[in-house]
Amino acid sequence: MHWIDYASPHSVREAVDLLNEAGAGARPMAGGTDVLVQLRANALPGVELVVDIKNVPELNEITMDPELGLTLGAAVPCYKIYGNQAIERAYPGLIDAASLIGGTQIQGRASLGGNLCNAAPSGDSIPVMIALSGVARIAGPNGEREVPLEDFCTGVRQTVLQQGEILVALHFPAPQANAGANYMRFIPRNEMDIAVAGVGSSVVLENGNIKSARVSLASVAPTPLYVKEIGDAIAGKPANEETLQIAGQIAKDAAKPITDMRGTIEYRRHLCDVLTRRSLQIAIDRAKES
Amino acid sequence: MPAKTYVQTIINGEHVDFLCEPRQSLLECLRDVIGLTGTKEGCNDGNCGACTVSMDGRIVTSCLVLGVEAEGKEITTIEGIANGSELHQVQQSFLENAALQCGICTPGFIVSSVALLEQIPHPSEHQIRFWLANNLCRCTGYDKIVRAVQDAATKM
Repeated sequence: MHWIDYASPHSVREAVDLLNEAGAGARPMAGGTDVLVQLRANALPGVELVVDIKNVPELNEITMDPELGLTLGAAVPCYKIYGNQAIERAYPGLIDAASLIGGTQIQGRASLGGNLCNAAPSGDSIPVMIALSGVARIAGPNGEREVPLEDFCTGVRQTVLQQGEILVALHFPAPQANAGANYMRFIPRNEMDIAVAGVGSSVVLENGNIKSARVSLASVAPTPLYVKEIGDAIAGKPANEETLQIAGQIAKDAAKPITDMRGTIEYRRHLCDVLTRRSLQIAIDRAKES
Repeated sequence: MPAKTYVQTIINGEHVDFLCEPRQSLLECLRDVIGLTGTKEGCNDGNCGACTVSMDGRIVTSCLVLGVEAEGKEITTIEGIANGSELHQVQQSFLENAALQCGICTPGFIVSSVALLEQIPHPSEHQIRFWLANNLCRCTGYDKIVRAVQDAATKM
Protein backbone atom coordinates (compact mmCIF):
# COMPACT_ATOMS: atom_id res chain seq x y z
CA MET A 1 0.00 0.00 0.00
CA HIS A 2 1.28 3.50 -0.82
CA TRP A 3 1.90 5.91 2.07
CA ILE A 4 -1.26 7.31 3.65
CA ASP A 5 -1.91 9.62 6.54
CA TYR A 6 -4.63 8.79 9.02
CA ALA A 7 -6.98 11.06 10.93
CA SER A 8 -9.66 10.13 13.42
CA PRO A 9 -12.00 13.10 13.95
CA HIS A 10 -14.51 13.11 16.79
CA SER A 11 -17.16 15.42 15.34
CA VAL A 12 -18.97 15.83 12.04
CA ARG A 13 -17.58 19.35 11.68
CA GLU A 14 -14.00 18.16 12.19
CA ALA A 15 -14.48 15.34 9.66
CA VAL A 16 -15.96 17.66 7.05
CA ASP A 17 -13.17 20.21 7.53
CA LEU A 18 -10.47 17.55 7.17
CA LEU A 19 -12.05 16.16 4.01
CA ASN A 20 -12.70 19.55 2.51
CA GLU A 21 -9.15 20.80 3.10
CA ALA A 22 -7.56 17.65 1.69
CA GLY A 23 -9.85 17.66 -1.36
CA ALA A 24 -9.68 14.73 -3.74
CA GLY A 25 -6.72 13.29 -1.82
CA ALA A 26 -8.89 12.35 1.15
CA ARG A 27 -11.18 9.40 1.60
CA PRO A 28 -13.62 8.76 4.43
CA MET A 29 -13.47 5.29 5.96
CA ALA A 30 -15.87 3.54 8.33
CA GLY A 31 -15.32 -0.21 8.71
CA GLY A 32 -12.62 -0.20 6.03
CA THR A 33 -13.74 -3.49 4.48
CA ASP A 34 -13.95 -1.87 1.05
CA VAL A 35 -11.59 1.13 1.39
CA LEU A 36 -8.60 -0.86 2.67
CA VAL A 37 -9.03 -3.52 -0.01
CA GLN A 38 -9.19 -0.80 -2.69
CA LEU A 39 -6.15 1.04 -1.29
CA ARG A 40 -4.14 -2.16 -1.27
CA ALA A 41 -5.22 -2.99 -4.82
CA ASN A 42 -4.07 0.47 -5.99
CA ALA A 43 -7.65 1.33 -6.89
CA LEU A 44 -7.41 4.67 -4.99
CA PRO A 45 -4.04 5.97 -6.23
CA GLY A 46 -4.66 9.64 -5.41
CA VAL A 47 -5.72 9.07 -1.81
CA GLU A 48 -3.19 10.43 0.69
CA LEU A 49 -5.38 10.80 3.75
CA VAL A 50 -7.81 8.30 5.25
CA VAL A 51 -10.35 9.99 7.49
CA ASP A 52 -11.66 7.37 9.92
CA ILE A 53 -15.16 8.62 10.65
CA LYS A 54 -16.37 5.84 12.92
CA ASN A 55 -15.35 7.65 16.12
CA VAL A 56 -17.85 10.44 15.40
CA PRO A 57 -20.81 9.94 17.79
CA GLU A 58 -23.52 10.81 15.22
CA LEU A 59 -22.22 8.11 12.92
CA ASN A 60 -22.81 5.49 15.62
CA GLU A 61 -26.34 6.52 16.50
CA ILE A 62 -29.15 3.97 16.64
CA THR A 63 -32.39 5.70 17.57
CA MET A 64 -35.85 4.19 17.24
CA ASP A 65 -38.81 6.52 17.55
CA PRO A 66 -42.36 5.18 17.13
CA GLU A 67 -43.35 8.24 15.11
CA LEU A 68 -40.13 9.46 13.52
CA GLY A 69 -38.75 6.04 12.64
CA LEU A 70 -35.20 4.73 12.71
CA THR A 71 -32.02 6.81 12.56
CA LEU A 72 -29.05 4.60 11.82
CA GLY A 73 -25.58 6.17 11.98
CA ALA A 74 -23.59 5.64 8.80
CA ALA A 75 -20.80 3.74 10.57
CA VAL A 76 -22.91 1.35 12.69
CA PRO A 77 -21.46 -2.11 11.97
CA CYS A 78 -23.73 -4.90 10.74
CA TYR A 79 -23.53 -6.94 13.93
CA LYS A 80 -25.03 -4.09 15.96
CA ILE A 81 -27.96 -4.03 13.55
CA TYR A 82 -28.83 -7.71 13.71
CA GLY A 83 -28.19 -7.68 17.44
CA ASN A 84 -30.81 -4.97 17.95
CA GLN A 85 -34.21 -6.39 18.88
CA ALA A 86 -36.09 -3.17 18.16
CA ILE A 87 -34.72 -3.09 14.60
CA GLU A 88 -35.43 -6.80 14.22
CA ARG A 89 -39.10 -6.28 15.11
CA ALA A 90 -39.70 -3.16 13.04
CA TYR A 91 -37.32 -3.56 10.08
CA PRO A 92 -36.64 -7.27 9.46
CA GLY A 93 -35.59 -6.40 5.90
CA LEU A 94 -32.55 -4.56 7.29
CA ILE A 95 -31.67 -7.67 9.31
CA ASP A 96 -31.77 -9.77 6.11
CA ALA A 97 -29.18 -7.48 4.53
CA ALA A 98 -26.94 -6.91 7.58
CA SER A 99 -26.65 -10.63 8.28
CA LEU A 100 -25.56 -11.68 4.80
CA ILE A 101 -22.95 -9.04 3.93
CA GLY A 102 -19.58 -10.80 3.96
CA GLY A 103 -19.01 -13.19 6.86
CA THR A 104 -18.90 -12.86 10.64
CA GLN A 105 -15.57 -11.00 10.61
CA ILE A 106 -16.67 -8.53 7.94
CA GLN A 107 -19.95 -7.93 9.76
CA GLY A 108 -17.91 -6.92 12.79
CA ARG A 109 -16.69 -3.88 10.85
CA ALA A 110 -18.79 -3.24 7.75
CA SER A 111 -21.66 -0.74 7.90
CA LEU A 112 -24.77 -0.20 5.79
CA GLY A 113 -23.66 3.41 5.32
CA GLY A 114 -20.33 2.19 3.96
CA ASN A 115 -22.07 -0.30 1.72
CA LEU A 116 -24.14 2.56 0.30
CA CYS A 117 -21.16 4.91 -0.18
CA ASN A 118 -19.14 2.15 -1.85
CA ALA A 119 -21.96 2.18 -4.42
CA ALA A 120 -21.25 -1.21 -5.94
CA PRO A 121 -24.09 -2.36 -8.24
CA SER A 122 -24.21 -5.50 -6.09
CA GLY A 123 -24.31 -3.71 -2.71
CA ASP A 124 -26.46 -6.08 -0.66
CA SER A 125 -27.97 -3.56 1.74
CA ILE A 126 -29.00 -0.92 -0.79
CA PRO A 127 -32.12 -2.44 -2.41
CA VAL A 128 -33.95 -3.04 0.85
CA MET A 129 -32.96 0.40 2.17
CA ILE A 130 -34.48 1.90 -0.98
CA ALA A 131 -37.56 -0.30 -0.55
CA LEU A 132 -37.92 1.02 3.02
CA SER A 133 -37.95 4.62 1.69
CA GLY A 134 -34.62 5.37 3.33
CA VAL A 135 -33.16 8.86 3.21
CA ALA A 136 -29.46 9.75 3.46
CA ARG A 137 -28.48 12.61 5.76
CA ILE A 138 -25.35 14.21 4.35
CA ALA A 139 -23.12 16.81 6.02
CA GLY A 140 -20.74 19.01 4.06
CA PRO A 141 -18.97 22.36 4.00
CA ASN A 142 -22.27 24.07 3.17
CA GLY A 143 -24.32 22.39 5.90
CA GLU A 144 -26.64 19.40 5.80
CA ARG A 145 -28.87 17.99 3.07
CA GLU A 146 -31.03 14.94 2.59
CA VAL A 147 -31.17 12.63 -0.42
CA PRO A 148 -33.63 9.75 -0.98
CA LEU A 149 -31.62 6.55 -1.25
CA GLU A 150 -32.92 5.73 -4.74
CA ASP A 151 -31.11 8.88 -5.92
CA PHE A 152 -27.89 8.33 -3.93
CA CYS A 153 -25.89 6.10 -6.29
CA THR A 154 -25.23 7.76 -9.63
CA GLY A 155 -22.99 5.20 -11.34
CA VAL A 156 -20.69 2.27 -10.64
CA ARG A 157 -18.95 3.34 -7.38
CA GLN A 158 -20.24 6.89 -7.86
CA THR A 159 -22.57 8.75 -5.53
CA VAL A 160 -24.09 12.18 -5.01
CA LEU A 161 -21.47 12.95 -2.33
CA GLN A 162 -19.48 16.07 -3.21
CA GLN A 163 -16.01 17.01 -2.02
CA GLY A 164 -15.96 17.43 1.74
CA GLU A 165 -19.30 15.69 2.25
CA ILE A 166 -19.91 12.65 4.42
CA LEU A 167 -22.90 10.43 4.95
CA VAL A 168 -23.89 10.98 8.58
CA ALA A 169 -26.92 8.76 8.98
CA LEU A 170 -29.64 6.81 7.26
CA HIS A 171 -33.22 7.55 8.16
CA PHE A 172 -36.16 5.18 7.74
CA PRO A 173 -39.76 6.24 8.31
CA ALA A 174 -41.67 4.47 11.06
CA PRO A 175 -43.19 1.25 9.73
CA GLN A 176 -46.89 1.46 8.98
CA ALA A 177 -49.39 -1.08 10.27
CA ASN A 178 -49.42 -4.34 8.30
CA ALA A 179 -46.07 -3.66 6.66
CA GLY A 180 -43.29 -6.09 5.79
CA ALA A 181 -39.97 -6.05 3.95
CA ASN A 182 -37.26 -8.43 2.78
CA TYR A 183 -33.93 -8.67 0.98
CA MET A 184 -33.03 -11.76 -0.98
CA ARG A 185 -30.16 -12.48 -3.35
CA PHE A 186 -29.03 -15.36 -5.49
CA ILE A 187 -25.44 -16.59 -5.13
CA PRO A 188 -23.98 -19.94 -6.16
CA ARG A 189 -22.90 -20.78 -2.59
CA ASN A 190 -24.68 -20.18 0.69
CA GLU A 191 -22.67 -17.22 1.96
CA MET A 192 -19.65 -14.97 1.30
CA ASP A 193 -20.37 -14.21 -2.33
CA ILE A 194 -21.42 -11.37 -4.61
CA ALA A 195 -25.06 -11.31 -5.70
CA VAL A 196 -25.78 -12.52 -9.22
CA ALA A 197 -29.01 -10.64 -8.66
CA GLY A 198 -30.72 -9.31 -5.54
CA VAL A 199 -34.14 -7.94 -4.68
CA GLY A 200 -35.25 -5.71 -1.83
CA SER A 201 -38.97 -5.29 -1.30
CA SER A 202 -41.46 -3.72 1.06
CA VAL A 203 -45.24 -3.91 1.14
CA VAL A 204 -48.10 -2.45 3.13
CA LEU A 205 -51.31 -4.51 3.20
CA GLU A 206 -54.90 -3.38 3.63
CA ASN A 207 -57.82 -5.84 3.79
CA GLY A 208 -55.82 -8.52 2.00
CA ASN A 209 -54.85 -6.16 -0.79
CA ILE A 210 -51.53 -4.49 -1.46
CA LYS A 211 -51.89 -0.89 -0.36
CA SER A 212 -48.41 0.06 -1.51
CA ALA A 213 -45.16 -1.66 -2.48
CA ARG A 214 -41.59 -0.71 -3.29
CA VAL A 215 -39.10 -2.99 -5.05
CA SER A 216 -35.44 -2.40 -5.85
CA LEU A 217 -32.94 -4.62 -7.66
CA ALA A 218 -29.21 -5.27 -7.20
CA SER A 219 -26.52 -6.43 -9.64
CA VAL A 220 -28.61 -5.86 -12.75
CA ALA A 221 -27.69 -2.24 -13.63
CA PRO A 222 -24.80 0.21 -13.04
CA THR A 223 -26.58 1.31 -9.85
CA PRO A 224 -29.11 -0.29 -7.53
CA LEU A 225 -32.35 -0.01 -9.49
CA TYR A 226 -35.56 1.30 -7.91
CA VAL A 227 -38.44 -0.08 -9.97
CA LYS A 228 -41.24 2.34 -9.19
CA GLU A 229 -43.44 0.72 -11.87
CA ILE A 230 -43.89 -2.39 -9.72
CA GLY A 231 -45.44 -0.41 -6.88
CA ASP A 232 -47.62 1.51 -9.34
CA ALA A 233 -48.84 -1.68 -11.00
CA ILE A 234 -49.65 -3.80 -7.96
CA ALA A 235 -51.06 -1.19 -5.56
CA GLY A 236 -54.70 -2.01 -4.90
CA LYS A 237 -54.37 -5.59 -6.19
CA PRO A 238 -54.89 -8.68 -4.01
CA ALA A 239 -51.76 -10.08 -2.37
CA ASN A 240 -51.79 -13.30 -4.41
CA GLU A 241 -49.72 -15.26 -6.92
CA GLU A 242 -51.22 -13.50 -9.93
CA THR A 243 -50.17 -10.10 -8.58
CA LEU A 244 -46.69 -11.38 -7.80
CA GLN A 245 -46.36 -12.60 -11.38
CA ILE A 246 -47.12 -9.09 -12.61
CA ALA A 247 -44.42 -7.73 -10.29
CA GLY A 248 -41.90 -10.34 -11.41
CA GLN A 249 -42.51 -9.60 -15.08
CA ILE A 250 -41.99 -5.85 -14.55
CA ALA A 251 -38.74 -6.52 -12.63
CA LYS A 252 -37.54 -8.73 -15.47
CA ASP A 253 -38.28 -6.00 -18.01
CA ALA A 254 -36.75 -3.21 -15.89
CA ALA A 255 -33.43 -4.97 -15.29
CA LYS A 256 -30.51 -3.82 -17.44
CA PRO A 257 -27.92 -6.47 -16.62
CA ILE A 258 -24.64 -7.36 -18.28
CA THR A 259 -23.18 -10.76 -18.98
CA ASP A 260 -20.12 -11.53 -16.86
CA MET A 261 -18.52 -14.42 -14.96
CA ARG A 262 -21.41 -14.46 -12.48
CA GLY A 263 -24.23 -14.78 -14.95
CA THR A 264 -25.66 -13.93 -18.34
CA ILE A 265 -28.14 -11.20 -19.19
CA GLU A 266 -30.89 -13.79 -19.72
CA TYR A 267 -30.15 -15.57 -16.45
CA ARG A 268 -30.12 -12.35 -14.45
CA ARG A 269 -33.43 -11.23 -15.95
CA HIS A 270 -34.92 -14.59 -15.05
CA LEU A 271 -33.57 -14.22 -11.50
CA CYS A 272 -35.19 -10.77 -11.21
CA ASP A 273 -38.56 -12.33 -11.94
CA VAL A 274 -38.15 -15.24 -9.51
CA LEU A 275 -36.52 -13.27 -6.70
CA THR A 276 -39.06 -10.43 -6.94
CA ARG A 277 -41.92 -12.89 -6.51
CA ARG A 278 -40.21 -14.69 -3.63
CA SER A 279 -39.06 -11.52 -1.88
CA LEU A 280 -42.50 -9.92 -2.11
CA GLN A 281 -44.07 -13.12 -0.77
CA ILE A 282 -41.83 -12.97 2.30
CA ALA A 283 -42.60 -9.26 2.73
CA ILE A 284 -46.34 -10.08 2.50
CA ASP A 285 -46.02 -12.92 5.03
CA ARG A 286 -44.17 -10.59 7.41
CA ALA A 287 -46.81 -7.92 6.92
CA LYS A 288 -49.49 -10.45 7.91
CA GLU A 289 -47.53 -11.41 11.02
CA SER A 290 -46.81 -7.82 12.03
CA MET B 1 7.96 11.05 5.02
CA PRO B 2 5.55 11.53 7.94
CA ALA B 3 6.37 10.11 11.33
CA LYS B 4 5.22 6.79 12.63
CA THR B 5 2.25 6.68 14.97
CA TYR B 6 2.39 5.54 18.57
CA VAL B 7 -0.36 3.02 19.36
CA GLN B 8 -1.37 1.72 22.78
CA THR B 9 -3.28 -1.55 23.01
CA ILE B 10 -3.97 -4.51 25.23
CA ILE B 11 -3.00 -7.71 23.44
CA ASN B 12 -3.76 -11.07 25.08
CA GLY B 13 -4.29 -9.30 28.39
CA GLU B 14 -1.03 -7.35 28.40
CA HIS B 15 -0.36 -3.69 27.65
CA VAL B 16 1.44 -3.53 24.32
CA ASP B 17 2.57 -0.23 22.79
CA PHE B 18 4.01 -0.09 19.31
CA LEU B 19 5.03 2.28 16.53
CA CYS B 20 3.60 1.81 13.06
CA GLU B 21 3.04 3.52 9.76
CA PRO B 22 -0.62 4.48 9.23
CA ARG B 23 -0.73 2.28 6.14
CA GLN B 24 0.27 -0.86 8.04
CA SER B 25 -2.52 -3.30 8.79
CA LEU B 26 -3.07 -4.67 12.26
CA LEU B 27 -1.94 -8.00 10.79
CA GLU B 28 1.40 -6.51 9.72
CA CYS B 29 1.78 -4.84 13.10
CA LEU B 30 1.11 -8.09 14.97
CA ARG B 31 3.52 -10.12 12.87
CA ASP B 32 6.27 -7.73 11.80
CA VAL B 33 6.31 -5.09 14.55
CA ILE B 34 5.22 -6.97 17.67
CA GLY B 35 6.46 -10.42 16.65
CA LEU B 36 3.22 -12.33 17.23
CA THR B 37 3.46 -14.54 14.16
CA GLY B 38 0.70 -16.99 15.12
CA THR B 39 -1.78 -14.86 13.16
CA LYS B 40 -1.38 -15.81 9.49
CA GLU B 41 -1.62 -13.87 6.27
CA GLY B 42 -3.61 -15.57 3.53
CA CYS B 43 -5.41 -13.44 0.98
CA ASN B 44 -4.79 -10.02 2.58
CA ASP B 45 -8.21 -8.82 1.40
CA GLY B 46 -10.65 -10.12 3.97
CA ASN B 47 -11.83 -13.27 2.25
CA CYS B 48 -9.88 -16.11 3.83
CA GLY B 49 -10.01 -15.37 7.56
CA ALA B 50 -6.50 -16.72 8.28
CA CYS B 51 -5.68 -13.43 10.02
CA THR B 52 -8.75 -13.47 12.29
CA VAL B 53 -8.28 -11.89 15.72
CA SER B 54 -10.74 -10.69 18.31
CA MET B 55 -10.91 -6.91 18.81
CA ASP B 56 -13.00 -5.58 21.69
CA GLY B 57 -14.84 -8.90 21.75
CA ARG B 58 -15.70 -9.10 18.02
CA ILE B 59 -13.76 -11.17 15.53
CA VAL B 60 -12.31 -9.23 12.61
CA THR B 61 -9.91 -9.96 9.77
CA SER B 62 -6.80 -8.11 10.96
CA CYS B 63 -5.70 -7.47 7.36
CA LEU B 64 -8.72 -5.12 7.09
CA VAL B 65 -7.90 -3.16 10.23
CA LEU B 66 -5.22 -0.48 10.26
CA GLY B 67 -2.73 -0.79 13.10
CA VAL B 68 -3.53 2.79 14.10
CA GLU B 69 -7.19 1.83 14.52
CA ALA B 70 -6.18 -0.53 17.32
CA GLU B 71 -5.51 2.43 19.62
CA GLY B 72 -7.20 1.73 22.96
CA LYS B 73 -8.51 -1.66 21.80
CA GLU B 74 -8.30 -5.06 23.46
CA ILE B 75 -7.07 -7.69 21.06
CA THR B 76 -6.89 -11.46 21.40
CA THR B 77 -4.75 -13.43 18.97
CA ILE B 78 -4.18 -17.17 18.71
CA GLU B 79 -1.32 -16.75 21.20
CA GLY B 80 -3.88 -15.66 23.81
CA ILE B 81 -6.24 -18.63 23.46
CA ALA B 82 -4.39 -21.27 25.50
CA ASN B 83 -4.01 -20.86 29.26
CA GLY B 84 -0.23 -21.14 29.57
CA SER B 85 0.69 -24.67 28.54
CA GLU B 86 -2.90 -25.84 28.88
CA LEU B 87 -4.69 -25.88 25.54
CA HIS B 88 -8.14 -24.35 25.14
CA GLN B 89 -10.83 -27.01 24.61
CA VAL B 90 -11.27 -25.81 21.02
CA GLN B 91 -7.55 -26.36 20.36
CA GLN B 92 -7.73 -29.80 22.00
CA SER B 93 -10.77 -30.75 19.92
CA PHE B 94 -9.08 -29.58 16.70
CA LEU B 95 -6.15 -31.88 17.52
CA GLU B 96 -8.27 -34.87 18.52
CA ASN B 97 -10.54 -34.55 15.49
CA ALA B 98 -7.68 -34.00 13.04
CA ALA B 99 -9.30 -30.71 12.00
CA LEU B 100 -6.15 -29.46 10.31
CA GLN B 101 -3.65 -30.55 7.75
CA CYS B 102 -1.27 -27.81 6.60
CA GLY B 103 -2.31 -25.62 9.52
CA ILE B 104 -2.18 -22.17 7.92
CA CYS B 105 -5.89 -21.56 8.40
CA THR B 106 -6.00 -23.09 11.89
CA PRO B 107 -5.21 -20.02 14.04
CA GLY B 108 -8.02 -18.12 12.32
CA PHE B 109 -10.44 -21.03 12.64
CA ILE B 110 -9.65 -21.43 16.34
CA VAL B 111 -10.06 -17.72 17.15
CA SER B 112 -13.36 -17.70 15.22
CA SER B 113 -14.59 -20.92 16.83
CA VAL B 114 -13.79 -19.73 20.35
CA ALA B 115 -15.77 -16.54 19.65
CA LEU B 116 -18.67 -18.61 18.29
CA LEU B 117 -18.87 -20.81 21.40
CA GLU B 118 -18.71 -17.75 23.65
CA GLN B 119 -21.70 -16.29 21.81
CA ILE B 120 -23.60 -19.53 21.05
CA PRO B 121 -22.47 -22.29 23.46
CA HIS B 122 -24.35 -25.06 21.63
CA PRO B 123 -24.53 -24.09 17.96
CA SER B 124 -26.24 -26.17 15.30
CA GLU B 125 -24.17 -27.42 12.37
CA HIS B 126 -25.85 -24.72 10.27
CA GLN B 127 -24.80 -22.01 12.75
CA ILE B 128 -21.23 -23.34 12.84
CA ARG B 129 -20.93 -23.34 9.06
CA PHE B 130 -22.36 -19.84 8.68
CA TRP B 131 -20.25 -18.39 11.51
CA LEU B 132 -17.11 -19.92 9.98
CA ALA B 133 -17.98 -18.94 6.39
CA ASN B 134 -15.35 -16.18 6.49
CA ASN B 135 -12.63 -18.78 7.26
CA LEU B 136 -11.36 -20.77 4.30
CA CYS B 137 -9.58 -24.13 4.49
CA ARG B 138 -8.20 -25.77 1.37
CA CYS B 139 -7.17 -29.05 3.04
CA THR B 140 -9.84 -30.54 5.25
CA GLY B 141 -13.09 -30.08 3.35
CA TYR B 142 -14.48 -28.49 6.55
CA ASP B 143 -16.27 -31.57 7.93
CA LYS B 144 -13.58 -32.31 10.48
CA ILE B 145 -13.49 -28.67 11.53
CA VAL B 146 -17.25 -28.67 12.07
CA ARG B 147 -16.96 -31.90 14.07
CA ALA B 148 -14.16 -30.42 16.17
CA VAL B 149 -16.30 -27.40 17.04
CA GLN B 150 -19.24 -29.67 17.89
CA ASP B 151 -16.92 -31.77 20.04
CA ALA B 152 -15.60 -28.71 21.85
CA ALA B 153 -19.15 -27.47 22.45
CA THR B 154 -20.06 -30.70 24.25
CA LYS B 155 -16.98 -30.52 26.49
CA MET B 156 -17.07 -26.85 27.49
